[in-house]
Amino acid sequence: MSVKLQVNGASAAVDADPAMPLLWVLREHLGLTGTKFGCGAAQCGACTVHLDGRAVRSCVLPLSAAEGHEVTTIEGLNGKVRDALVAAWVAEDVPQCGYCQTGQIMSAAVLLSARPAPDDADVDQGMAGNICRCATYVRIRSAIHRAAAALKGGAR
Amino acid sequence: MTTPALARRDFLKASVAVGGGLLIGFRWLTSDAAAGIDAGVGAPAVAGGAAGAAGLAGAAAGAAAAKHAAQFMPNAFVRVGTDGRVTVIINKAEMGQGVTTSLAMLLAEELDADWSRVGFELAPSTPEYGDPIYGMQMTGGSTSIAHMFEPLRHAGATARALLVAAAAQSWGCAAGECSTEPGVVVHAASGRRASYGDLATAAAALPVPTDVPLKDPASFRIIGKAMPRLDTPAKVAGTAIFALDVTRPGMLVAVVAHPPVFGGKVRSVNSEKTLAVPGVKQVVTIGNGVAVVATGFWAAKRGRDVLQVEWDPASDASLSSAALHESYRALSRTPGLVARKEGDAAAALAAAARTIEADYELPYLAHAPMEPLSCVVELRPDGCDIWAGSQFQTVDQGAAAAVIGCKPEQVAVHTTFLGGGFGRRANPVSDYIVEGVQVAAAVGAPVKLIWSREDDLRGGYYRPLWHNRLRAGFDTRGALSAWTHTVVGQSIVAGTVFEAFMVKDGIDDTSVEGAADIPYAIPALQVELHTTQPDVPTLWWRSVGHSHTAFAVESFMDEVAHALGEDPLALRRRLLAGKPRWLGVLDLAAKHAGWGTPLPHDRARGIAVHHSFNSWVAHVAEVSMQDGKPRVHKVVSAVDCGRVVNPDTVVAQVQGAVGFGLTTALYSAITLQDGRVEQSNFHDYRMLRMHEMPEVEVHIVPSEEPATGIGEPGVPPVAPAVCNALFALTGRRIRKLPIRPEDLAGEGSAR
Repeated sequence: MSVKLQVNGASAAVDADPAMPLLWVLREHLGLTGTKFGCGAAQCGACTVHLDGRAVRSCVLPLSAAEGHEVTTIEGLNGKVRDALVAAWVAEDVPQCGYCQTGQIMSAAVLLSARPAPDDADVDQGMAGNICRCATYVRIRSAIHRAAAALKGGAR
Repeated sequence: MTTPALARRDFLKASVAVGGGLLIGFRWLTSDAAAGIDAGVGAPAVAGGAAGAAGLAGAAAGAAAAKHAAQFMPNAFVRVGTDGRVTVIINKAEMGQGVTTSLAMLLAEELDADWSRVGFELAPSTPEYGDPIYGMQMTGGSTSIAHMFEPLRHAGATARALLVAAAAQSWGCAAGECSTEPGVVVHAASGRRASYGDLATAAAALPVPTDVPLKDPASFRIIGKAMPRLDTPAKVAGTAIFALDVTRPGMLVAVVAHPPVFGGKVRSVNSEKTLAVPGVKQVVTIGNGVAVVATGFWAAKRGRDVLQVEWDPASDASLSSAALHESYRALSRTPGLVARKEGDAAAALAAAARTIEADYELPYLAHAPMEPLSCVVELRPDGCDIWAGSQFQTVDQGAAAAVIGCKPEQVAVHTTFLGGGFGRRANPVSDYIVEGVQVAAAVGAPVKLIWSREDDLRGGYYRPLWHNRLRAGFDTRGALSAWTHTVVGQSIVAGTVFEAFMVKDGIDDTSVEGAADIPYAIPALQVELHTTQPDVPTLWWRSVGHSHTAFAVESFMDEVAHALGEDPLALRRRLLAGKPRWLGVLDLAAKHAGWGTPLPHDRARGIAVHHSFNSWVAHVAEVSMQDGKPRVHKVVSAVDCGRVVNPDTVVAQVQGAVGFGLTTALYSAITLQDGRVEQSNFHDYRMLRMHEMPEVEVHIVPSEEPATGIGEPGVPPVAPAVCNALFALTGRRIRKLPIRPEDLAGEGSAR
């Protein structure tokens, strides 16, 4: 059965089980493999995407629940916050294996949009849902603060 | 155990095959099957990650391959484009440890490349990309830098010599009159300059020299500098390709129902409900279970959810972790095989004025890489192609060849990025690779095999469950006079092809590494091993045997210090006198941690030091108790890994090792009950999260010694440093991992 989706600003009709988690629609039907499968249980955050600007775990979100909402993946993330985060992630050389990092950035983007100048407690809270097995947490934290500082500077 | 002489000899041997390597390289690059994916892996890093997710188009890869043919590739490891772009071919798996950058740095240094024009590609599974020491293509043992240090420098120096020769020829001068600047050959006398790109075609026509001198390390301008990782842009953009991201035309997706108990066999299958699930194509019984093959993961998983399999009782359906711990404890009281003997420890203990003893227990551990295990397999009439994040390409080639009945060299392993490895993707029996090949062979279509997180945690190949029993004796003057250590657990390599050369006189060195080579000056010392054989698949897990011996040795050394009433750092320094590299990391970590300086009353420090993979690491952990749970605030680390190639990578690896080690100390246990694994996902096999990550300060001992390992050595001393700090704070000694808060509650006692 066909479900209409808005993904990264474009509409797509997807012929898939409405119960199928959005993750697999993105990866297998739309070829958007930047969103990762880590646990299938909303435990690790590797599959984080935005649904109307909120961070959601696409591995447990049924396709039917995404219908009528704007889905944004790492491939479609854009704007000042995205650019600041990517620049900060590169400057801090955050990734090791890199598998979780797109999910980390998607969560960080929502965090910075809600709290442009997050303190460490905000980072703890905003990033609590994203696991990094390589434990790049020290650098993720630094990168978020760096991106926030850059955004603040850029606004002057 | 790197011998530069051996590395050098093997490289020269590889050089002899350069002509063949060149051909093989090009053949691979122009093969649609291979080039499509691998160009996709390497290209985004070079191009700064601008490519979209659909960057696997065959047409683009074909164009890239055609362009390569016009380029200069003097050996298997480097290609210089006519545009001046330098591509280093990386023969080691990138699992986060940074080899795609650090190995490229080694070559770029001697090539005198312009670093801003350097990119990388992941190597195919052909013989010239084997490890020069191990003789097979593999990544493990924290050896990538050590083993490739000389060969890649030679590869770079040889390429540079050819470019210089090409310039000298065109200018009609002697090569000795020319020098290089990054990416440019210069003739100072005439002021002439030519870029590497302009020289590439001419250089490709010249004979390859065999003995080109290397740079004096004093003139290094890349090695030893913090270079940004070449793989970061693609990983940030989401364009880096992992095995799970690979797609082939007509590909199906498979999940496998595994026996609930290790060693179980399929008795009967009822696939009626499974086949009724939309999208499910086939149900096939393979060696280690029943595969559900579908158009996508969701259909395959739903199909498996309703699959009815009757399993034959396994060899041991009564296995439990509790019973194993109990039996290991009993075994540890009996004589084992002697792994190390200095003096007469039994006599020294008998004569001791005082003795202490302790048992340290550790559970099975899963690697739990963030990317669940996956591979894509596509059969050809004469072999097959496998896309996998493999640490063990040569072994996988042999295993796949055995399944389909071809020669190993007819199996092409296309190495993707690894979403974490930690040893799990270096399996002597290639477990999930074999499954993928079996399913692809059964269904006659390209297949992507995906293990769910539950499959990963329950599918075996764990760090073994260990028991360590230690005793120490003190003579009448109070000096430490005897030390015995009995290790009980499984051999990782028993029953594999590695057993023949890794087990000597019944002792698997990886079981006792870090225990048998204890560095402390103790007059009488004995280390013994009991090797057990429960039916649980085990595997090397980041830092292997050191992951348990460091906890036992460094915790017990702390117990000895407290028994003597001596400062734990002072005791270690005394017993390590004359061992400068041990003292170097101890002193550096202690200094920066402010060892011995006052802390708030609710905090304490602990220290541990360990040598593994030819490197030394000391950690000082600072802890408190919050709401009845241990909290690690800060870890100050010192590392000596010889000459450092990329210092920022060394820092990153130690930061990560602290988090990895802390996860293990605080949370990790795979437990068995009735032969079944009790954990299933990250809710009951917990990972450290952002709010639990301590501040980490990393200090590197400056060194011109040969480069040694860094991926693993930071892990072993984490747990003992933390537990020693908790003892200092609470008076409660942790002797079983993971730490249980209840073991830290109540009145302190040294027991």
